[in-house]
Amino acid sequence: MKAFLALEDGTFFEGLSFTGKGNAQGEAIFNTGMSGYQEVLTDPSYAGQMVCMTYPLIGNYGVNLDDVESDRVWVEAFIVKECCKTPSNWRARKSLPDYLAEHGVVGIEGIDTRALTRHLRLHGAQRAVISTDDATPAELTERARAIPSMEGQDLASRVSPARPYAWADGRPAPLGDGDRPWRGTGPKVVVYDFGIKWNILRLLEDQGFDILAVPAGTAAGQVEAWGPDAVFLSNGPGDPAAIEGVVDTVARLADRYPTAGICLGHQILGLALGGRTFKLKFGHHGLNHPVKDLTTGRIEISSQNHGFCVDIASLRDVEVTHVNLNDQTLEGFRHTKKPILAIQHHPEASPGPHDSRYFFHRFREMVREHAGV
Amino acid sequence: MLIGSGPIVIGQACEFDYSGTQALKALKEEGYEVVLVNSNPATIMTDPELADRTYIEPIEPETVARIIAKERPDALLPTLGGQTALNTALAVAEMGVLEKYGVEMIGASREVIEKAESRELFRAAMENIGLRVPESRICRTLADVRATAEVIPFPIIIRPAYTMGGTGGGVAYNMEELEAIAATGLAASRSSEVMLERSVLGWKEFELEVMRDRADNCVIICSIENLDPMGVHTGDSITVAPAQTLSDVEYQAMRDAALAIMREIGVETGGSNVQFAVNPADGEMVVIEMNPRVSRSSALASKATGFPIAKIAAKLAVGYTLDEIPNDITRETMASFEPTIDYVVTKIPRMTFEKFPGAEDYLTTAMKSVGEAMSIGRTFKESLQKGLRSLEIGMPGLGRTFAREACPGRDEIMARLRKPNSKRLFHLRYAMLCGLSDTEIHEATMIDPWFIRQIRALVDLEEELRNFPLAGSVCASSTECAELMLRAKEHGFSDRQLAAMWKKDELDIRRIRQAMGIRPTYYLVDTCAAEFEAYTPYYYSTYETGREEAPRPGRKVVILGGGPNRIGQGIEFDYCCVHASYALKELGVTSIMVNSNPETVSTDYDTSDRLYFEPLTLEDVLNIIELEQPEGVVVQFGGQTPLNLAVPLLRAGVRILGTSPDSIDRAEDRERFQALLRKLDLRQPENGTAMSVEQAVAVAETIGYPVVVRPSYVLGGRAMEVVYGEEDLRAYFRHEVTVAPEHPILVDKFLESAIEVDVDALADGHDVYVAGIMEHIEEAGIHSGDSACVIPPHTLGAATVAEIERQTVALALELGVVGLMNIQFAVKDGEIFILEVNPRASRTAPFVSKATGVPLPKLATKVMLGARVRDLDPWSMRRGGHVSVKESVFPFNRFPGVDVLLGPEMKSTGEVMGVDATFGKAFLKAQLGAGQRLPQAGRVFISVNDRDKPAMAETARTFHELGFTVVATRGTGEFLAGHGVPSEFVFKVYEGRPHIVDRIKNGEIDLVINTASGKKTVHDSSAIRQTTLLYNVPYTTTLAGAKAMAQAIKESRASGTDVKSLQEYYA
Repeated sequence: MKAFLALEDGTFFEGLSFTGKGNAQGEAIFNTGMSGYQEVLTDPSYAGQMVCMTYPLIGNYGVNLDDVESDRVWVEAFIVKECCKTPSNWRARKSLPDYLAEHGVVGIEGIDTRALTRHLRLHGAQRAVISTDDATPAELTERARAIPSMEGQDLASRVSPARPYAWADGRPAPLGDGDRPWRGTGPKVVVYDFGIKWNILRLLEDQGFDILAVPAGTAAGQVEAWGPDAVFLSNGPGDPAAIEGVVDTVARLADRYPTAGICLGHQILGLALGGRTFKLKFGHHGLNHPVKDLTTGRIEISSQNHGFCVDIASLRDVEVTHVNLNDQTLEGFRHTKKPILAIQHHPEASPGPHDSRYFFHRFREMVREHAGV
Repeated sequence: MLIGSGPIVIGQACEFDYSGTQALKALKEEGYEVVLVNSNPATIMTDPELADRTYIEPIEPETVARIIAKERPDALLPTLGGQTALNTALAVAEMGVLEKYGVEMIGASREVIEKAESRELFRAAMENIGLRVPESRICRTLADVRATAEVIPFPIIIRPAYTMGGTGGGVAYNMEELEAIAATGLAASRSSEVMLERSVLGWKEFELEVMRDRADNCVIICSIENLDPMGVHTGDSITVAPAQTLSDVEYQAMRDAALAIMREIGVETGGSNVQFAVNPADGEMVVIEMNPRVSRSSALASKATGFPIAKIAAKLAVGYTLDEIPNDITRETMASFEPTIDYVVTKIPRMTFEKFPGAEDYLTTAMKSVGEAMSIGRTFKESLQKGLRSLEIGMPGLGRTFAREACPGRDEIMARLRKPNSKRLFHLRYAMLCGLSDTEIHEATMIDPWFIRQIRALVDLEEELRNFPLAGSVCASSTECAELMLRAKEHGFSDRQLAAMWKKDELDIRRIRQAMGIRPTYYLVDTCAAEFEAYTPYYYSTYETGREEAPRPGRKVVILGGGPNRIGQGIEFDYCCVHASYALKELGVTSIMVNSNPETVSTDYDTSDRLYFEPLTLEDVLNIIELEQPEGVVVQFGGQTPLNLAVPLLRAGVRILGTSPDSIDRAEDRERFQALLRKLDLRQPENGTAMSVEQAVAVAETIGYPVVVRPSYVLGGRAMEVVYGEEDLRAYFRHEVTVAPEHPILVDKFLESAIEVDVDALADGHDVYVAGIMEHIEEAGIHSGDSACVIPPHTLGAATVAEIERQTVALALELGVVGLMNIQFAVKDGEIFILEVNPRASRTAPFVSKATGVPLPKLATKVMLGARVRDLDPWSMRRGGHVSVKESVFPFNRFPGVDVLLGPEMKSTGEVMGVDATFGKAFLKAQLGAGQRLPQAGRVFISVNDRDKPAMAETARTFHELGFTVVATRGTGEFLAGHGVPSEFVFKVYEGRPHIVDRIKNGEIDLVINTASGKKTVHDSSAIRQTTLLYNVPYTTTLAGAKAMAQAIKESRASGTDVKSLQEYYA
């Protein structure tokens, strides 16, 4: 079925929907990973975004039961050159078109994804719509222009869970009223779920943490009442500066507990420490960005997914620990006086290389050192 | 000091010239003084401007040790010259030479090489890091092998240690096969070590290209998935980049494993490749092997991603880290990243089974392909079809004629699917046309269903195109036609395929297509999927909507490359193309290279101003020309491939630079050529043309046997044979040719025992520079590409040489040659005959350039752009005072059962050059470079046919006088006795035991001289030659070769050979 993709600047692409009739809107971005589409689809950080994969053949290995980063598909729409309808892989349970259709997400193929990517690189990420409607380009462009801008959007609160949950058997286990917040014996970590990728939880669990994941709006006092040993701030979508009240909460908690943050969590920590954030032109979305760990001199190939960035120059009392070698932007820091660690890219990978996984170990060591557990 | 890879052989082709050249440039850039050893004159790396000291000497431990002693390098870099360099470096290290002179081995240490290459150490290392390898046992004797077969079930994979291209390896289904293969493997391995491995036949096969620096930073450059599953050597497999059927979880597990392997083996600075097999049923992953060096796959990965692995490897070897080296393509980013691509790359091997009658078209773990084509498309389907037409095997894509009746029967198809072979992909299509299901095809081939479905999509579209209701009346104004046309082009269908299906002329399809506004666009290979601006103009075509290319203003010239390597057309032509590009740069003209061969220097992104990685077909080339609007096209450097395009391009209004296509035709068209010779009063052997076997017999009777027969318009002597009688002639027609009316059979008088002479010349229509007169060592009748030759001529008289020069000048002027020309002469009894004239660059152009110091292809390019030979003055550049011998190298050890006899059909894959003060010494070096170590003493076995006996006596005497024991069968022995040469008697194979083959096997024979001619004697003696090959005993099959060997041994014994660099020769 014919489908159209219209950008806010009037650029227009014609393709075919592989998920039937539908409409979608969001910020059009591109991702340069050649594998890992199922993880991308289920990553809540992509809420509000339509993802264009630069690798042209997507869906080859289908969709399986394991490679999920949450319990649903978050992307607003999926844009590819050619979608494979009949996958081939021993773990495949479903084809990509069926999976997207089930989740009610529009998939469009036959798009010159390279032309779209170059356009986004040159003109920046843009608001866009995809539609199978019989609409004129001008109408679709108008629709795209009506979408709110990513800047100033508190998407994290939208994707964040309604209530706290524990992590059990590789799934969230929502806390009932009156349930004990801590179930295990390991160091207790309160994890702010701004749209967390499950692999972060899996890796925290591997480090022996007792996990209590909480909604974005959880007050500092509530956290203190739980008596954790550490606080962790997850990744998530949207503008870090727009999340209601979170900066103050985090400033208070980070002053008291060993704290770490990934991606959006990194940005929030940056803000909480008095820094500024800004929007990147077209963001970093891929699996191949080189990051240098300044503390060891080692280069790690990182999994990246962020549209906002912390301004290095705006931070005080922090030591820059990681820098992106492509554009020299900030990739990680630690506080010079307090036990605070933050990383902009994704040490949990999924998808992407495992080079940065040591971050979870560092966090564990920091907790051991400062909380004594 | 850098070691090259020597002659082109199966498994080691021009990719190592590419990697070596990149490394050389990188090291020079860093201010290092570089000493290079490489015996292959047809390489760019051996151009004297590149290294500070260029030794065109045999790559073998003793010679390399002498060069080290002379040059005293600080470090030895052995990882860029293939297995040859690695093994030689290891041998030199073991000799204690490196220690003695304080030379550091960089790139990979001795320990690293041993750990990676020794099957036993490697297996232990893998177990150490918890990675699985297939169950296996190391064997060092045939007894071990037999015992192991009791433990490991058949089929068993045999993998020799320290070899490349799977030499000496294979798949054995029974004990007999196992013993035969293992025996070869033990002989091929420098450590006499083979591994017998439990087969994982049918598992999916993957490769990762990895780089690591001294700070332990590791990156993966490219992942590759093989279409052909385990069981077919990766060099013989169709491979695709990136991996297609791995999820991120599986890919990352493989990546983790590759990095762990790099660290465990300890490769500190440079590139390596690691191969994995994956069980399609449950994803179990095993490690197959790793190469601690730059490989054929790294060349492919470099071209596939735009990441220059060899260049970076060289910089890492001298101490840089990845984050210190900029990425040329994006400029703003560094080399410490992993390329991501937004297209699909397909590599398809080029086989030449037709060259080796008797060799079975059967692919196993021992590599047999001689070249490869690479193609880039936005989808696998587009990429595959482009790759198939890049192969230049007459296929314009997956299908060609689209005639139903061409489809073979179901049984044959199933047989061809089950047993891997060079035509399997085409049988996949037949299978689909015959109604076989994807499951049936998968079960027969074990090819992943993903690939099968991709091919199915092509076959389905083919059906749709063929059954298109408007097929008979395709026109530009129909939307329906335009939509289908666009879809066909997006699927990689060529105009020629559409023309065949829609019964139109190719150019009509082109016109209609263009009228529809359907033209390809050119996208960049940029390492980053458009995330960053790219600055290197490296393009591929695709049918998409974007526009990235912007034709440059100013003067531009397109150079057409030679496509995939094959026998008869290889690195020599790429060498010429690269020089054309360099010459254009010197002239300030934009150079635009078109080629499809990923192994070459010409397809390096910084060789030309623009690179189009495209098939060399009329359609694809015209597309580029129409876009770029160059002032002309160079067709005379890439061999037959571009030459075949000359006339069609000319008809399409393209200006061909240099010698006009009409002159080319005048030299190639028999009638016109004869008229030309008559006009100049030059002679050629008597000849005639035949359209049928009866005509051929009649012609042969008129001119008298023996005759040379061949089809017209071929390169490399394809299906060319010397025929001694009518019976043989009839047999030739039965076996070798299917005479199509447009391809008549040429019948020439064969000049027995004539001396053949090759001449290369440079001309501009006014002046002619006779660049090199090469006297062949083998007599006429052996393909010129297979015979050894020498500059200057060593037996021809001054008057003959002068007459050859005169005739060369006359021909060049009469033909109006502008650029290079090659003529083959035969000299018999003082008379000069012209065998062939080719108004184009020849295979010998690089050899002549190296031997004389005159850069012929470069000068020729300048001449084509208007310079005068007189002004360029090549005469003043010429260097002499030394003798250069070119020797050919053959792939016989790859084709068990094929006779090693030479004839008019070319069989060699590569060449080496030997240089020294005298003929004998230069010949000795050439032999050594080609892998034949001539004995200084011992037993020489002589068996020659009756015709050769008289001439043999003198050579036998020389050997006798040198202290060799001559061993001969009864007939030859009696003849020699009659001429005063004593000999030791030995049985022929059927006379009793121990016979000659037994004695060769027992190591009692040090040199074999064995000539044969005529079908009958050939079969009698082939057992001897087979054994010689198997047991690596030096041999010659020609009288002239024997004579040269005797002279070489004599001279080297008198004064020994010396090592000397080109720079010293030219000084």
